[in-house]
Formats: sequence, C-alpha cells, structure tokens
Amino acid sequence: MHHFETVEVTTDLLIIGGGMAACGAATEAAYWAKKHGLKVTVVDKAVMDRSGAVAMGLSALNQYVGIRDGENTAEDYVHYVRNDLMGVSREDLVYDIARHVDSSVHLFEKWGLPIWKDENGKYVHEGRWQLMINGESYKVIVAEAAKNAMATLGENGQIFERVFIVEPLMDGDRVAGAIGFDVREEKIYVFKAKAVLCAMGGAVHVFKPRSTGEGLGRSWYPPFNTGSSAYFTLKSGCEMTCQEVRFIPVRFKDAYGPVGAWFLLFKSRATNALGGEYMVERAEELKNWAPYGLAKPIPANLRNYLGMLDVNEGKGPLLMRTEEALKKIIDAAPDEKARKKKMREVESEAWEDFLDMTISQAILWAGSNIAPEEQASEIAACEPYFIGSHSGASGTWVSGPEDLASKGYFWGYNRMATIKGIFCAGDASGASSHKFSDGSHAEGRIAAKGALAFIVDNNTQPNLDATKVEELKKAIMKPLELYEQTKGISDSDVNPNFIKPMQFMFRLQKIMDEYVGGVSSAFTTNTKALERGLTLLAFLKEDADKLGAADLHELMRCWENVHRMWQAEAHTRTVLFREETRWPGYYFRADMPKMDDKNWKVFANCRWNPKTNEWEMSKKEIKPLID
Amino acid sequence: MPSYVIMEKCDGCKGQDKTACMHICPNDLMVLNKETMKGYNRAPEMCWECYNCVKICPQQAVDVRGYADFVPMGASCVPLRGSEDIMWTVKFRNGTLKRFKFPIRTTPEGSAVPDGGWETGSDDLKSQVLFTEPSSLGLPAVPTIK
Repeated sequence: MHHFETVEVTTDLLIIGGGMAACGAATEAAYWAKKHGLKVTVVDKAVMDRSGAVAMGLSALNQYVGIRDGENTAEDYVHYVRNDLMGVSREDLVYDIARHVDSSVHLFEKWGLPIWKDENGKYVHEGRWQLMINGESYKVIVAEAAKNAMATLGENGQIFERVFIVEPLMDGDRVAGAIGFDVREEKIYVFKAKAVLCAMGGAVHVFKPRSTGEGLGRSWYPPFNTGSSAYFTLKSGCEMTCQEVRFIPVRFKDAYGPVGAWFLLFKSRATNALGGEYMVERAEELKNWAPYGLAKPIPANLRNYLGMLDVNEGKGPLLMRTEEALKKIIDAAPDEKARKKKMREVESEAWEDFLDMTISQAILWAGSNIAPEEQASEIAACEPYFIGSHSGASGTWVSGPEDLASKGYFWGYNRMATIKGIFCAGDASGASSHKFSDGSHAEGRIAAKGALAFIVDNNTQPNLDATKVEELKKAIMKPLELYEQTKGISDSDVNPNFIKPMQFMFRLQKIMDEYVGGVSSAFTTNTKALERGLTLLAFLKEDADKLGAADLHELMRCWENVHRMWQAEAHTRTVLFREETRWPGYYFRADMPKMDDKNWKVFANCRWNPKTNEWEMSKKEIKPLID
Repeated sequence: MPSYVIMEKCDGCKGQDKTACMHICPNDLMVLNKETMKGYNRAPEMCWECYNCVKICPQQAVDVRGYADFVPMGASCVPLRGSEDIMWTVKFRNGTLKRFKFPIRTTPEGSAVPDGGWETGSDDLKSQVLFTEPSSLGLPAVPTIK
C-alpha cells in the first residue's frame, strides 16, 4: 500500500524546470526578489547540475550577436530568423532575445566557461552566430551560478530536485501554483505561487524514433524532454502558437552527432551516395519556396527537403564528405610538418565536437573504425522533435516587451502567457526560434524579471480550491492504485486492466509516425491521415485513464507520456488547421503541397478550453518589427 | 545496456541512501539494488548515453557499451574528469587507441558569482534592463527600436 505525505510549499515565484532557461530565470529572479523581499522556488525533476538539454555538454554557443564589437545587430538576427522560419516568427521576441543574449554569454565566460579565442583575444566563430567552446561542463557552470544566486536569498530561495510537476493549479483565470510528486519518496508536493515560470523544455519520443531496439534512448534531443511545458500551459488554458512547427535535424546517422562544426568550421559538403550535391543539383526547387528559398542562408527545413528528395528518389545514403573537407584543410598547410600538426589539431577538434555533446557518435565512429580523413560518413534526417529554442517554433503564445509594444504584441508583462501569472522561456515560449542554449538562458532572465514585476503588481496569494487539490492528488496517484489493485490477475505486465507507460508511449509513437508524418511515412501526411490520427489519439486519451505504474519511477513515466500525448494532439490539430505546406523539410502536406502566402502567412494558434473541453483554432497576424 | 555497472568495482557508494549515479542521472535510470548493494541501469533503452554516471562514479565502476542495435561491438570511450579538464581514451574496434584532453572550466569549482563581476544597480523592475546590464553587454544602453 502507498502512503503519500503531502508537502505544501508557499512561494511567490515558482520556476519549473532546471535547464538553461530555468537557470537563467533563477539567476535573474534572485536579484530582483532580494530587492523586493520575495520568495523564489525552483523545482526540477532531475538535478540542476546535469538536467535539461545541455546535460551532456555542448560544443558551441549557437547564438552570439556580437553587438559590442559591431559584428552584427539584433535587427540582423531578426532577418535571419524570419527567413529561416519561412516568414513566421514573433519578431519582437526574437529581437528581445538577440539584444540580451550577449550578456548571458559574457556572464558564462566570467563564470568559467572556456570560449575559444583567437590570437587577438576575440571569440572564435564557428559560423556567423556560433562560438566554439570547450563545453563539457557548460551546464554545471551555469547551474552553479544559478544555485549561488538562489543561496543569496537565504530561506526565501528554495530548490527542490527530483520532484516532477504533473498539473497546474488554478484560481479562476489566474495560475495558483502546481502539483507534482517526489520521484524517490512517497510525497505529493503542492506549490502555491503568485506566478509560475514554465521552463520544462520541449518534447521527444512523441514520434517513433528510427531506432529499433536499445538505441531508443539515442534521440537527438534528450528523451527526458517530455512535453511538460506544453502540457502545463495547455491544461491551464493558455493559447499556444506554432504547434505545427516541429523540427527535424539532419545529423550523423543513428548516433545523431553534431554536423555544425563539419559544415561551418571544416567547410564540408554533403552529397548523395552517387556524389551529387543536392544543394546544387536541386537549386531550381528553391524557387518554389521564394522568397525564403532564395535568401541566404537557405532555411534549415529547405536544406532538409532537398536531401529528402534525393533519398526518396533512391539516391541515398546521404554523406558528409569529411574526407574531402579534411584533405582541403591539410593540403593548405605549407609543408609536411605543418600538415601533420594541422591534422592533429583538426582531429582533436572533430573528436571534441562529439565527446563534448554526443559521446555516442564517438563510440559509433570508433566501433565502425571510421577515419574521417579517409572515408565519408552517413548523415540522415532524425525523427521529429518539439523544440521551440532551435529551428522548430512550437510553444506558448506570450507577451513581448513593452518598449516594442507598438510594433509587437504586449499584454502587461514580458513573456506572460494568455493566462495571468504564467510565464514561459526556452522551449516553452513559441515563435521565437534560434535562441538555442544561451538565448534560452537570456529568455529565462527576461521572463523572470517580467514575472517578478507581475508579482509586485498582484501581490496576493491566489486561492486554492481544497476539493480540487484532493481530486488532483487522487488522479496523480491513480496509476499506482490501479496497478496495485489489479496486478494479481496476471503474472506479468500483460493485464487487461492496465497499460504500462512504455507500451502507451509506443502506441502514441506509432500513431504519430504513420498518420502525422513521421519517419516511416517520409514526413508526409494529408487531411484523411490526420483525421484518422485524431481518432486513434482519442482512444489513446481514454486509455490514459488506465495507465498502470509499479513504482514512483513508472508513475513519472506515466505522466510524462500523458504530457507527450497532449503535445501530439496540439501538433496534429494545428497541422490539420494550416491548409498548406510551408516547411516541406519538416512535414509535407501531400494534399496541399504548396505554400499559400495569401491565406497562410499567419501564426496558427490553438487553445484547449478547460471549460468546454474543446479545441479553438485561430489565425494571428504576423507583424514585422522592422523592414 | 548503454550504461552498465561493473559489479566488482561498484561498492554501492558505501551504503549511503543513494549512489552518485542515482544522484546525477538526468533520466532517473540508475538505481541501487538494496540486496546486492550495487547500482544498475533500470531501463537501458531510455539511456541517452550522456555519461554523467560514468563521469561521477568515484570507483570508475560505470561504463557504456554502445547501443547494440546499431553500433558494431568492441569500441569504448572512457573519460577521466578532473576539476579543470577531461581526458578521454577512445578505443576502436580494430584496437586503435586515441587520447584527448580538453579543458572544462577556467575557474575553481563553486566560484561562479551570479553577477560575474559586472556592474549591477538598475533598480527599475519595469525596464528592459536585466540586472547586470548594460555593463555585461559592453554597451552604454540596452538596444531598442524607436
């Protein structure tokens, strides 16, 4: 039998998550909370040192604008993102992150992150916006600063680790806190808060991965990003945006090692198996996606698309021509001695790129006896992910900054959702792509400041309906109870009374893969397939009530999969709503294969209405911030 | 089993209530078996191979065997993480060995000061100026659009 203790925590600002955005939020919040005598609480399902998408490390900072040295302006960044997302981005949000991100990067350097410098002391760029780092301990360092900041609050700053938040708590149209449980001890946590900052990351394992066995966990984005941001904001009734804009990265095949250094630093080409360069041979296709297809850099989804066309025509596998790129670099050295030195240098850089952030790729290369100077390596499109911080855009529809209100979207507090008191950053905030790890940190800081301004103006503790809290506690624990009551009728997990979380996840993945444009349907779908997908999702949603968990770990898995399922439904409905194909390398709507700027150069937003249990779809105007 | 525990090296972190690998795993996979007092990975197919359990283990009792469904056997990547750098030994299937050493941080562990030494002091909670700005931007003011 289970005996859960209930722990109540009353705070002012509740930050949910522990990754880059949450760490930025905690660092910034601590400063302002101290000035105003407010409490800040962080709750993370893992441990902050190594939680979130940067848990393993990272080999580059992907957003550095370099305003200080006149390298670029925030306006330049807006142009870049606008084009990469085929015209669909919240330019006020993108500008806001771009004007603050360098501040976070300069802090990282002071905290101890090794950023590569050239002989003149300037940062080494991998590409126009990217800086090379020795990033094994990137997350450890950023978390350390966040924890040190929280410590300055004394008893007004609390961090709870290994506590998984399941549901929002509401007081009418305002958020009142969150409820979850300890994944190691039988404790239910009820957090009462005046504002909640969502930074629980994106979603992985919504779609079936390419892997057929043990490699299931080797997703490109981490398997512990389970749609919890989307679920929290959807369930509280927030309007969502760009739920159709998933991301499919093209990476080294199977282990999903990074390609940025190979493309940008080593200037490698990608070709099909016959040696044809699809970016050149298929350049004509880009005209169909004008004006975005004709701009530089070519949008990520269109680069994907041209490669996919080759694969669909039977010209795969696609290859990263490492042997060619390295030969060019080595041959440029003046003599044999210099060539050997250069080779050692480049070899070390190439291996560090993997060992800092995707160690599996190093094992795969070592296991396959790969010598990159002698042979090319396969690249492939991964499975779809939900990651508003990278080249996808899914997230919550949030207010922009006040100073850009006349040209943007502003409703009271920067990064507040359409529900009072809910703030979002990183993967949780939508239509502001290409913020990556460091821009997510900056956005966490922006959102935290906005949330504290809200708290100062609305400094009353929302009311909690005790009956509702009791209902939620019961619902959260139900998978444990159901398992306990019915496990005896069979000697295994094959039991007609419950479904275990792993099989539930496989069922979700199969639906999304086959009907909503996953790997096995070549990222292609149509109206009928989407409608069929929704029918099957409705059965799955009913069966979520029959999830069974043998222990606390499985209980977390149950709820993670419910979170994924809601992300899946928001995605499917929005793909169906947008009657065109705009990002063909992310998904292809076979019955509406062309881009329709006249009718669909808009944001496609959705909202689940908690009162009616119905989904409301809407178009929102795209307002350019600059020319 | 992407990460796995080498039974003869694991000491269960000497009977503490949780092991180092349990403490760090971002996906809640590492567990202590209270009967054998050894750690184990309870769901290898959900392992990201992030190596945090390998790096943190005080007994070097955790290793990773590449995903069996796509990695040819025989390779390994073994880290030794210190306070300033990390050493990697990469063993190929054909026996080739490569060693790499990379820096991991430039400051002593624990020393990160939240403001990084940048000037703070904008006291306006409603402005667009974050607590270390504009100093940490290296600019006279936070950019805006008029």
